[in-house]
Amino acid sequence: MLKGRHLIDPMDFSVEELEEIFLLAEDIIDAPEKFSKICDGKILATLFYEPSTRTRFSFEAAMLRLGGQVIGFSEPQSSSVSKGESISDTIRTIACYADVAVMRHPKEGAPKVASVFSPIPVINAGDGGHQHPTQTLTDLLTIRNYKKRLNNLTVGICGDLKFGRTVHSLIKALSRYENISLVLISPEELVIPDYIREEIIEKNEMEFRQVRTIEEAIGELDILYMTRVQRERFFNEEDYIRLKDFYILDEKKMKMAKDDMIVMHPLPRVNEISYEIDSDARACYFPQAKFGMYARMALIAKLLGVK
Amino acid sequence: MIKITSIEKGIVIDHITAGLGIEIFKYLKLDGVNFSVALIMNAHSKKLGKKDMIKIDNIIEFDVTELGLIDPNVTIITIENGTITKKEKLSLPSQVENVIKCKNPRCVTSVEKYVDHVFYLVDEEKREYRCKYCDEKTVFKGV
Repeated sequence: MLKGRHLIDPMDFSVEELEEIFLLAEDIIDAPEKFSKICDGKILATLFYEPSTRTRFSFEAAMLRLGGQVIGFSEPQSSSVSKGESISDTIRTIACYADVAVMRHPKEGAPKVASVFSPIPVINAGDGGHQHPTQTLTDLLTIRNYKKRLNNLTVGICGDLKFGRTVHSLIKALSRYENISLVLISPEELVIPDYIREEIIEKNEMEFRQVRTIEEAIGELDILYMTRVQRERFFNEEDYIRLKDFYILDEKKMKMAKDDMIVMHPLPRVNEISYEIDSDARACYFPQAKFGMYARMALIAKLLGVK
Repeated sequence: MIKITSIEKGIVIDHITAGLGIEIFKYLKLDGVNFSVALIMNAHSKKLGKKDMIKIDNIIEFDVTELGLIDPNVTIITIENGTITKKEKLSLPSQVENVIKCKNPRCVTSVEKYVDHVFYLVDEEKREYRCKYCDEKTVFKGV
């Protein structure tokens, strides 16, 4: 039963519960008109303490396409947060007006704090460099659609594996599926955090190796998941400049990949995927964004108990 | 071994890892009490080789969770009317609240001051705890 639940960490839902969401998302994709009024009279609150276009629009579009309404703020300066209001007070007030809340926050664990105090479902839309579970729903739904399975996959994850919250959430989620082999591609400074390696990858006995270049792994991959080096996660601008163009996926590298490998990216991209790749049939990062909206529609419907 | 008069009513903290007795003594603020207290250091132990021990000639209240963090090997023996009424073997607590502070500057607890600092045990052998909110790792070294 997903009604009334929070989604803070990708492990909050069981594999079976995730399957429920994916099946509903696929029903919505097949016949969106059947679901266009199911959230009539419901309100989604978007609490974005950190700038976001994609995720916020994706949630807003999801709710509007379900026939619901949206309230919220997209920067804390325009809300009572700028007056020093605590997360616990904000969420309890918002819960008087809305039926479900989405929170993005620069501090790690902020949506968890909100969920402790909230009488309505709270969805984590990204907390600092920590977790981003709805991006994981997006990623898994995309993989299901393109590869027709969530097991027996060799997944390359490339770029900022240290601060990349989408990466942390995705690895956690993949750890529950069988025969997943990970190839972690990153510079030394941006390797996967210890807690993900020790407690998720090693504890679940996932096959993995860490490499420095795309070329040494791309030929064996079913999925190449590219990520951006995020300026906002660095305390030191020099480090960012040194690492931002460490990986660029181009046609030459794509020639080494399997014909059915797919390239994913949580977006926005900066330089890490060359524009010449966009017309390659294996590039699926824009369809991935659309799957994200459908995944969020299914999630909202489930948490509100309307489907 | 030095003989200490047996206790009629009090507490014996036994099997303290040698060297940690003084820390527990300080943590329990036993230097300021007006009843008899004995701190025995480097006593012979079959199990540990060497151990520390504290004998308190009174029943005092303290947080066993925090004591377990200082030394999970400890056994607490309560004595009433000259006989043992309770024996409690401590272990590392599976969760601690407001004992360890999260040092991650990106953690929500660094700005939302009313939020309890909650850590859960992930590796008993390495004494590793993780923050409930941000997953930052902490190795517990002392209260």
